[in-house]
Amino acid sequence: MVLDVGFWVVAVVAVASGAAVFIVDSMARATYALALSFIAVGVAVLMLRQDYVGVITILMMVMEMAVMAVYMVMFMGMNPALMPMSMVHDNRRAVGAAVATFVVLGAGALLIPWPTRRGAPPADPTRALGEALMGPHMLAMVVISPVMVATIVAGVVLAAHRTRYDRFGDDLRRRPARDPRRGGVGR
Amino acid sequence: MTLQTVLLMAAALFSVGLYGAISQQVVVMVMMGLELMVNGVILAAAGFWWFLAPNPDGQVLLMVIIAAMTVEMAMGFAVATLLHREHGTDMTDMAGDLSQ
Repeated sequence: MVLDVGFWVVAVVAVASGAAVFIVDSMARATYALALSFIAVGVAVLMLRQDYVGVITILMMVMEMAVMAVYMVMFMGMNPALMPMSMVHDNRRAVGAAVATFVVLGAGALLIPWPTRRGAPPADPTRALGEALMGPHMLAMVVISPVMVATIVAGVVLAAHRTRYDRFGDDLRRRPARDPRRGGVGR
Repeated sequence: MTLQTVLLMAAALFSVGLYGAISQQVVVMVMMGLELMVNGVILAAAGFWWFLAPNPDGQVLLMVIIAAMTVEMAMGFAVATLLHREHGTDMTDMAGDLSQ
């Protein structure tokens, strides 16, 4: 009973603050609303006995919101808390698509005869997850690791202002390097 | 708390995120919409795990979804940085060349 009430509270907070992201009139408030929504989802995942995933979700999202706040200050050139704004396009079609999606997904959730649970939950789900990752499912982490490295490299390449290809050309053979200002050893 | 209610909550989160991803003009706000959508997927996967098959395999799938979310976030921030540097903008409407 307590779990049920708690879940409904968390659900309402998650969805309401998620909707508030696109209703409030400043990006700072939108960021806080999104952080609240993510924390509520993390708590819901914790209620589903996935301690590790829930805590990871909360920690990751709080950090991400901090990064987003920095981005807003960097790129929007203003104090985001003081700048009301509404920047939407094709609002009516977006609302229609969202409502249609909710109706279809909600109908599926309610009408599909879901099977009963197979197996019993492990006594310690976090320990079971760790043993799975270090045992039969190590391949998943082994695949994710190079994807993460590739993401780091791609992120730096995209975000870097000038790279060695800008200086030395696509074949890295241009000498002297094209630099905005001459200087340094041999240049 | 049943599987149906968890899935309803996930559907609501996904739909709200979809609205944001379609309607917003600022790249960072579009990313917020995408994050909400992925969060709905995480919640639905967690619900499926707990109510249908609570074995470790499902949790590994959740870790993969979270990793995908991380990649989306990192690449989105990198593209936003590139966009701002090249065009001096953070709006999707002024970044039509990304669709070519």
